[in-house]
Amino acid sequence: MRTLGKLTWIEIKLFLREPITVIFTLALPLIFLFVMGGVFGNTPSPDVYRGVGAMNYYMPSYYGLIMMAIGTVALPVHLAGYRERGVLRRFRASSFSVWSVLGSQLLVSFIIAVVGSILVTILGKVVYAPDWPVNPGLLILAFVMGTVCFTCFGFFLGAVLPSTRAAQGVGMLLFFIMMILGGAGPPPEVMSRAMQIIGEATPLHWVIYMLQNPYLGFEWHTNASLIVAGVTVLSAGLAARFFRWE
Amino acid sequence: MPPVISVHNLRKTYGKTVAVADVSFEVTKGEIFGLLGPNGAGKTTTVECLQALRHPDSGDIKVLGLDPVIQGSGLQRRIGSQLQESALPDRIKVWEALDLFGSVASNAQDWHVLLKQWGIDEKRNATFASLSGGQKQRLFIALSLVNRPEIVFLDEMTTGLDPAARRIAWDLIHAVRDNGTTVVLVTHFMDEAENLCDRVAVVDKGKIIASDTPHGLITSYATEVRVIFSTDKKDLPWLNKVAGVKKVARHGNRIEVEGNGPLLALVAAALVEHGIVPLDLRSEQPSLEDVFLKLTGRTAVD
Repeated sequence: MRTLGKLTWIEIKLFLREPITVIFTLALPLIFLFVMGGVFGNTPSPDVYRGVGAMNYYMPSYYGLIMMAIGTVALPVHLAGYRERGVLRRFRASSFSVWSVLGSQLLVSFIIAVVGSILVTILGKVVYAPDWPVNPGLLILAFVMGTVCFTCFGFFLGAVLPSTRAAQGVGMLLFFIMMILGGAGPPPEVMSRAMQIIGEATPLHWVIYMLQNPYLGFEWHTNASLIVAGVTVLSAGLAARFFRWE
Repeated sequence: MPPVISVHNLRKTYGKTVAVADVSFEVTKGEIFGLLGPNGAGKTTTVECLQALRHPDSGDIKVLGLDPVIQGSGLQRRIGSQLQESALPDRIKVWEALDLFGSVASNAQDWHVLLKQWGIDEKRNATFASLSGGQKQRLFIALSLVNRPEIVFLDEMTTGLDPAARRIAWDLIHAVRDNGTTVVLVTHFMDEAENLCDRVAVVDKGKIIASDTPHGLITSYATEVRVIFSTDKKDLPWLNKVAGVKKVARHGNRIEVEGNGPLLALVAAALVEHGIVPLDLRSEQPSLEDVFLKLTGRTAVD
């Protein structure tokens, strides 16, 4: 327990000392916020953005974007690098349990997701005045499910990708595909059918639906939440199956 | 006293490569025990099996009464490890690492003391990536001691250290042992084994080929003394008749006499008798280097 606490605190500090991951997880969503907000504002149009204002649509989408950046870029590169360089080996020789190693990453993921989402919310609110979430209770549930899902997804990628290089390559590719086609980029309504199909195959698409519905006051998206839960269980199972200390 | 480590018929292969063929030994509490041998002899694999980092193919291992294969993490809490190939996160600070690794033990050692002892006190706020090779090495040794281990495993501990730092490291390891910690040392440095170890097992090709105190190994395997001096006199056939002399070799003005027994005194007497009084007359005692050469036909660095 003491090790878990210390490791979590050190991992937070390490995260802040690593500019690349800070840019991907905290800065990039803010840049999107101002680009998209500047272009589309928050006036509803019936044809795009599920019929709601662009900023109302994007607020929960950016929560999902932050979770996705953690799961595709930050975590896999971090874990694969730890294994490649012998950090995991060093941890294991000192009897660090797999639960304290992965548990600290899960806690750090939560903290980053919460801090990043609060930043997006405050700056978005000040500049573009989107509405507050209609159903905060269910939004929190969706937030927890989404963060756990992408954290497990990151554990899975970090477990199967053999090196930092591989993790960077695969992680970046998945990041950009999901970001553009998964619902955090252009409105899904303007994309071609093929792009929509690829978008629907990404976990981000469903995490965003799960987050958007309680935010916008729509009914809880049961299908989305089941798909997210399924991705979580599958990722966690595969991560447990393929996790190696060295 | 019952042994704190006992290994019987340990074997470990990687595919077709036999890393450890058949190794058995025991270590008693408070000993500094050395595994000495060339790179690739199987020393590291052996100690990694003892530290529950690798699963042996066969053999019985007990460390502190525990079986590393099934009681690995319980064992790892009570031992210290300085590994050959490992690292810390690049941007972790020296004090953060010691604080973190101390957290696994309820009675961890004050890391401020370790920082001073191992001479990295002024680097406490430096990141791991910014340390020199020698500083990283000293940090790893400090990390291996922070949980007050009952046994500490040091794998090539003085690699990357300069000669002065090596001497200090040896003194500190003696002090660690004097506090009751058993030390298992893996090294390919003959002088390190000779200076530091109470007992040495010579490992070659996955087997222990000899095991004794350094002095015992030398007296049983390398009895020959060398006497060396310089002279410009050419004809010295009487040297071969001195008691104990086995071989006389000449390299220019330098004469090397090999043999056993009180060679230096007898050669000196014969030289004086023949009117030769060299200024540089000296003898070289056999070392573990000679033991190794005798046992394997190779030097350790080959």
